[in-house]
Order: sequence, then structure tokens, then C-alpha cells
Amino acid sequence: MHLAYPAVLSALLFCTGLYGVLARRNAVLVLMSVELMLNAVNLNLVAFDVWLSRTARETLHSGQALTLFTIAIAAAEIGIGLAIVLAVYRNRGTSDIDRLRDTAEGHEDDTPAAEKAEATA
Amino acid sequence: MTTTTLAVLVPLLPFLGAAAGLLLGRTAPGFVRPLAVLPTLTSLVLAVLVAARQGGGRALDSATELTPTGSVPIELALHIDGFAALVAILVGVVATCVQIYSTGYLRDDPRYPSYAALVSLFSSAMLLVVYSGDLIVLLVGWEVMGICSYFLVGHYWETPEARAASIKAFLVTKLGDVPFLIGLFALATDAGSFRITTVLGTVASGGLHHPTLIALLLLAGVAGKSAQFPLHTWLPDAMAGPTPVSALIHAATMVAAGVYFIARLLPVFEASSAAMVVLAVMAAVTMAGSALAALAQDDIKRVLAYSTIGQLGYMTGALAVGDRGAAVFHLLSHGAFKALLFLAAGVIIHAAGTNSLAAMSRMKDLRARVPDAYWTMTVALLALAAIPPFAGFFSKESVLGAAEHVATGHTEHAPGAAGWIVLVAGLVTALITAGYATRLWLLAFRGRGAEAPDHGRQPLVMNAVLWVLAVPSLAFGLTYRVLPDWFGGSDLTPTLTTSVLGTGFALVGGLVTYGAWQHTTALAARAPLGAVAAHPEADAGLVEAEAIASRAPAYGDVAYAPDPGDPGRLLLGPLHRHAALGFHLDAVYDALFVRPVRAGASLVRFLDREVVETYVHGASALPRLLGAAVRRAQTGNVQTYVSALLAGTVVLAVAALLVATGV
Amino acid sequence: MNPASAALATAAAGTHGFLSPTGVEIAFLLVGVVTFGAALVTVSTKQLVHAALWLVATLGGLAVEYLLLTAEFIAWVQVLIYVGSVVVLLLFGLMLTKAPIGRSPDADSGNRWAALTVAIAAAAALVWVVVDAFRTTWIDLSGPASGSTEVTGASLFQHWVLPFEALSVLLLAALVGAIVLSRKAKADAAATAASTPTVPGSRSEKEGVR
Repeated sequence: MHLAYPAVLSALLFCTGLYGVLARRNAVLVLMSVELMLNAVNLNLVAFDVWLSRTARETLHSGQALTLFTIAIAAAEIGIGLAIVLAVYRNRGTSDIDRLRDTAEGHEDDTPAAEKAEATA
Repeated sequence: MTTTTLAVLVPLLPFLGAAAGLLLGRTAPGFVRPLAVLPTLTSLVLAVLVAARQGGGRALDSATELTPTGSVPIELALHIDGFAALVAILVGVVATCVQIYSTGYLRDDPRYPSYAALVSLFSSAMLLVVYSGDLIVLLVGWEVMGICSYFLVGHYWETPEARAASIKAFLVTKLGDVPFLIGLFALATDAGSFRITTVLGTVASGGLHHPTLIALLLLAGVAGKSAQFPLHTWLPDAMAGPTPVSALIHAATMVAAGVYFIARLLPVFEASSAAMVVLAVMAAVTMAGSALAALAQDDIKRVLAYSTIGQLGYMTGALAVGDRGAAVFHLLSHGAFKALLFLAAGVIIHAAGTNSLAAMSRMKDLRARVPDAYWTMTVALLALAAIPPFAGFFSKESVLGAAEHVATGHTEHAPGAAGWIVLVAGLVTALITAGYATRLWLLAFRGRGAEAPDHGRQPLVMNAVLWVLAVPSLAFGLTYRVLPDWFGGSDLTPTLTTSVLGTGFALVGGLVTYGAWQHTTALAARAPLGAVAAHPEADAGLVEAEAIASRAPAYGDVAYAPDPGDPGRLLLGPLHRHAALGFHLDAVYDALFVRPVRAGASLVRFLDREVVETYVHGASALPRLLGAAVRRAQTGNVQTYVSALLAGTVVLAVAALLVATGV
Repeated sequence: MNPASAALATAAAGTHGFLSPTGVEIAFLLVGVVTFGAALVTVSTKQLVHAALWLVATLGGLAVEYLLLTAEFIAWVQVLIYVGSVVVLLLFGLMLTKAPIGRSPDADSGNRWAALTVAIAAAAALVWVVVDAFRTTWIDLSGPASGSTEVTGASLFQHWVLPFEALSVLLLAALVGAIVLSRKAKADAAATAASTPTVPGSRSEKEGVR
């Protein structure tokens, strides 16, 4: 099989995930896009491992082992990421990334104040 | 202990005392007085021991090099000959007396701890100058004295006079120190070493390339430190400091350093006859001018200050005729009687509540209030006027004798012109000196008028110190037979011609002044005058500070009093007004230096404010605009940030690829 | 994929022409197209829950690709962990953050066009590089499977034991971290709920307005 097929598919998936990370508003959807990027990397790893184990007699199977590790780390990442998203949601009442602008220049902490006003109203 | 160890301890002990005093001054006030007196006293004892062991024999030399400097080596060196040993004893005696006297004089002063520590540091620096065998180490002590004099003269910094005087003393001496430093470097470059012994060896073998230049540069520093014309103007103003400080500065430390320095390096100066003539002229102008000024002063301490300048003129005169034995002899005896004069003046100011002679001449029985000061001051004034057999007579005659020796052409050390200049100026000065000494004594102790207010007995320590110092003022001159052994040089015995001439002039001066006083004292009663301190019962330091502060409002000037009962006014005639103001030298300096410097300063200020600041503002405005622009990019949206980051990454990756593939 | 195919068609002129398709290649290409399409829908759909479901399709398609590349063990792990647990976790996350069910017009942020530009530029650069580098490289898929459970297990526990064990520590740390974050959030939420008990109500009102 042509090695370019999995490589190109992986590149396209990666860029799709990239777009998702940059364009999605909901933090959970951003996490999904991150998963897409990780999977793109995994596909690359597997494809090149298969190629190398045939042509270069590479017996370590490092690509597949790394894929497994990536999957495990991705699982850990998704757990922590979701915990953070939930914590943010509980504290701020939203999980929209572009509304979390505390680091903006001239930020006056107005969003929580407005929210409090709404809450008391 | 070896003599070297003892000699190292002599300057070290007061220094440690000063450091401890500065550290403990606030936390342990009980230790301040012992820390002030004991180290100085111990170092006096050690200095006597060093002198006894040295015994006027071969000079003691010892040196250690801490670290190589790469060029001319600088060593911690001692060079103790007869001069150094004896001057160190003088410094020790005066410093100890001043410290003991100060415990009484500044009894209630809140700043006494720092004052005592600075006096210790001052004495330590002078002892370092005396013992040092290396010119750079000597310079260290020299400059430490400069800064200490700044602090001590400005001790009463609440008064504007003291502040101005301390800055003036510092700046004027520094004005001399800059050429002095350059001269030291030039000397060391020619000699290849900073060691005094090496330098003198080079001079002896004729290895000095620019003797006149070096001597004149060094002379500038000496003129600043030893208050010689034209850099003497700081000394009368330095009277705004406490009286013990004046005694210390005038008798043994600061002003003596310059004379002592020339005495050490006299062969360097002798190598240039032009420098010797300049020295002689400087000494003559200083002597005569300061004596005339002293005759016109109204402040008792300023009279003494001008007399110091005059006596220093004698010493430089002796050096100008190449006789350092006579110079140091006069330095020693002058140190004793001038310290006594100042300390007694402090007692009198305290008792009278004023420092004005005009006010004192309107007080009855001031001498009965302070009998100790009266008797000791009489002794000291007789010594100052060089009446035999007091100390000043022998030392001054040795100076005049040396000048006469040179003038009549008996030596090749110095040009004959220098001898004549010094001899004539010395005799004239002897006349005026006796005059102002008599005037001081008459005005201070023979006043007529109201009863002087009673301020109680003076502290015992102050009176005791006066008697201690009275002994050398009375009898030190008789050592003229022993001293040549220590100085390894010329005979100091008074010659008949100069003795008769000098004593005759002195007697004439004294009698003429007495006659003038008889004539004018009747006028004094008609013109009431006087300003007295507001708190005469307070301790002496406070009384003096108030006396200084109240002078200018009362008389309009720190030096002058409109007193028709002053014999000096009659004697000087139209010259009196100018002499009181120091012959307007301050005004000349003001026009020549102060005003141009101020104009330059305001020009620089204008340039800084209007020109340089414009650039600074411009330089800050541009980044501020850029910052405002960049700040808009800080939206707080993480996705925007990551977008920019990744876009940059893509651009960089593509660029790297293009470079790598060579497209 | 069209530019890539065109590039391949011109470049691969040797023994393996592009037009010598085996069954595996055709299957890979078809599944690849489906996977990529599902990924595109995942990042572009307006319905948040649908995005999670399209993610299942993407991940499942990837699992099939692993199988076609003879990496059997990885394929099953992919199904188990990604399709089985990660997607379920994400769905839980969506629900816990009260994501709206149905179309939400503001699913994309205002950064959309910048994101599109960056993504297309990155895709163009990557595809160009990859095709340029590997247009003449073939994988020989005949012979024994290179990613069977036996082979993978042997290599994992012969050569990769230490990283494997280290990974277990990492997982433990992640577990503890997730618990800590959630607990603290709960304590804070309890405190805020006690002080302002009307927060949940106001939230739901807002959603209703939306």
C-alpha cells in the first residue's frame, strides 16, 4: 500500500482537529478536537511502524508501543480536561472559551458582577 | 611587642575606638565616654613608647605589600624617624586632651557619640599620616581627615554658618587635593615607587625629572590642608565648629599635616629653587596678611584662627629656607600652645556667654570667673607672642635664625631671596602677633562695665586639661638642646641677633597695643554693645552654638563688630574694615569662582530641563504609543492567541522547509 | 484529497503504479474518505451532541484503518478506549455543562475565519511535505500481521516495560488530579450554592431565553 495514503489522511485529520480547537466555542468540543489531533498522530505512528517493521526489519515496534502510550495519556488528559471544564463551569456558570477573558488588558472583573446582578434579580 | 607592632597599634586603636563608638553609640551610651578617651590615651602611651625606643636614632622602616597592583607598588609601610615619633606624641597629647575636654564641653549634647567617634577617627587618620611610609597610605589618612573635618566643623548643623563653613572647608581643601593627587602620581612615576624612602633616594641621586612641576602640584594640596594663602579662607570660617574641634584641627591634626608632609619630602622641594621661592612668598603673604586680619577680628576664635594661619606661615617659611628641624620644632610648640588657647577660649566663651571680644570688653571681672583659663591663656598668649622663656620664643627664634642663616648666604639648601623674604615677613609678623595677642588678652580679661553673669564653675575636666597643656607651652622650648639629636640636623639654639630683634619687635607690638587700648577703652563705656547666648546656664557646646547663631543678627557679620573701644581699630586705621573681612578674599573668590560655577550650573540645569528632557520625553512617548497599540491585541481570548501562535509556527515551518530544500 | 492523488499519479510511475489497486488500498481509501468526512462534520456541526456522535464515526473509521494496516491490537484498543470510554466521558461532560440539545447557532466562536485560514495553510503545508517525501514509498502488507496481539505484547513487555510502568504512575496521578479538581469544585459549588441558592434557577432561565 502506498505510504502516502495514511500520511495524507493523518495530516488532514490533524488540521481538522486544529480547526476545531481554534474555532469551537464550547470547551468540550475543543477537547473533542484535541482528541482528533491525537488520533491523527496515532495513525501516523501506526502506519510508519508497519512500514519500518517490513522494510527496515525493525523489531522494537516502537510506533505501536508509542501509540498505546498516547492512547493512555489521551485518556488521562481527557479526564483531567473534563474535570477542569467542570470546575470552570461551576465557578463561572459557562464553558464557553471566548467568554473566559480574565487575562484581557483592562479586564475589570465585570462579567461576574453582571452575573451576580442577574442572579439577584 | 616589637616597635613595629606598637607603631601599627598607634593609629589602629583610635580607629577601632571610632568604629566601636559609631556602632555602640545609640545602644550603649555608657560606653561612649570610655570608648572615646581610652583608645586615644592608650595610643598616646604607645606613641611615647615608640618614641622612646626609636630614640631619634636611625629611622625605623617596615613594609608589607598586600597585593601586587601591576604597576607602581603600593605598600603598607611605616617610616618612623625622629620627626614622626615626636609629631605622633603631639597628636596623641592634643587628641587625648581634646577628648577629655569634650566629655565636659559637650556634656549634654545628643550627638556626642558620633562626635567623639569622629574625633577618634580624625586622630587616627592624622597618626596614619604621621607614621606612614607610603604616599598612597598617607593620602588615605589625608583624605579621611578632610571628610572628618567636614563632619566636625558642621557639628552645629542647625546653624547656617556651620553648614556653609563645613562645605567650604571640604571644597577648598579638595581644591588643593586634586593637584596634590596628580603631583603624587607624577612623583611616583618619576621615582618608580610610592615609598618615601625610595622617593628620597631617587631625589638624592638626581632621578627626578620634573621637580618644579611636582613640587608646585604638591604645594597646592599643602596650601589647602595647612591653610596657606590663597587657600586659607576655609580656616576662619571653620570656627563655626565646636571649640575642641577647632583645637584639634588647628593644633595637631589637619593643618599640621601639610607642614609635616613638606618636612618629610623636603628634598623634593629643595630640588627646585623656584618652588622654594614660591613657598617663601606664600609663607610671607600668609604670615603678614593673617596677622593683620587677626588684629581686626572680633570673634575670639577667629582671632585664634588667623593666628594659626600666621604660625603655619612661620613653619612653611622655615621649610622654604630648608630647615625642617625648625619647622617641626615650631609645629610641636605651636601645637601645644594653640590647643591650650582654643580650649581656654572655649571656657571663656562658656563663662561669658558670647564669642565677641567687644562684648567681653564690657564685662567686669571675667578673669575672676575663670581663673584657670585666665592664667593658662596668659601663658599661651605669651608663648604665641614669642616672649622668652616660653615655648613659642625658642621655636620662632629657630625659624628666624634659619632664615637669617640662609639670607646671609651660609647654605646652599635654599636661595638667599627666600631667606630674606621669610626673615623680613617673620619680623613684621612677630610685631603684629604680639599686638593681637595683647589685644585679645586686654579685651577678654581687662573689661570694664557690668558684672559678668555667673554661670557656675567650669567642669573639672576642662580646667585640668588646660593645666596639662600649660606645662609644654611654658617649658617645651627648653628642649632645643635635645631636639637636634632627634631631627638629625641643624642647631636650634636661638642666635643673638634674631632673638634681640624678634623679642624687641614683640615688645614694641605689645606696648603699642597697650597704649592704644588705654586710649580707646574710655570710648568703650560710651557705646553699649553685646550679644549674649539665650541659655548661659546650659552646657558649653550649646552656649557656643547660640553665640555663633546670634552673631550675625547682632552685628551684621561673623567677623566684624562696630566697636569704637577696639585698639585694633585705632592701630589699623582705614585698613581695619578690610582686614576684618579677610581682605575681601572671599568676595574675590565669589566673583572668580562661585558665580561662574553657579552660572554654569544654571546653564546645565536649563539644558537638562529643556533640551535633554525633550529627548527623554520623546523616547518615552514612542514606546507608549506602541504599547497602546500592542495592548489592543490582548483580548483575553485564548483561541486568538493560539491561532496567532500556530500561524507563526506554520510560517516558520514553511520557511524552514524552503530553506532546507533550497527552493 | 484530490491534489494529493494528482501528485501521486504523476510521481508513482515505477513498479507500483497508482492504478494498481489492491483490495486493501481501495478499502483504505474509501474508509479514509468516510473518516475525514466524519471529522469535518464533527468540527463543524451546530448540534453539540451530534458532534460527539460524529466523533464516534471518526474514531471507528480510524480503528478500521488500523485493522487494514494489520495493527489489530491497536484497533481494538482504539475501539475500547476511545469509542467506548472517551466519547462517553465527553458526552457526560456535555451534559454536566448543560450543553443545549438541538441546533445552537453560536457553536462556533468569532475566531472562525482565522481558524480556517490557519488550518488550511497548515494542511497545505503538511500535505505538500508528506507527499513530497513519501510519494515513492510503499508498505508491504503481505506476510504475518505486524501488530497482532502476540507481537505487540511481546515487544511491549520485552522492550517497553519501564515506560509502561511509568505510564501507570502517570495514570494514577491523573486519576488523583481529576478527583481533587472535582472535589474542590464541589466544595466551592456547595459554598456558592449555600450563599446564592438561586444560581441554578437563573442558569436555566438564561438557557430558556437562549
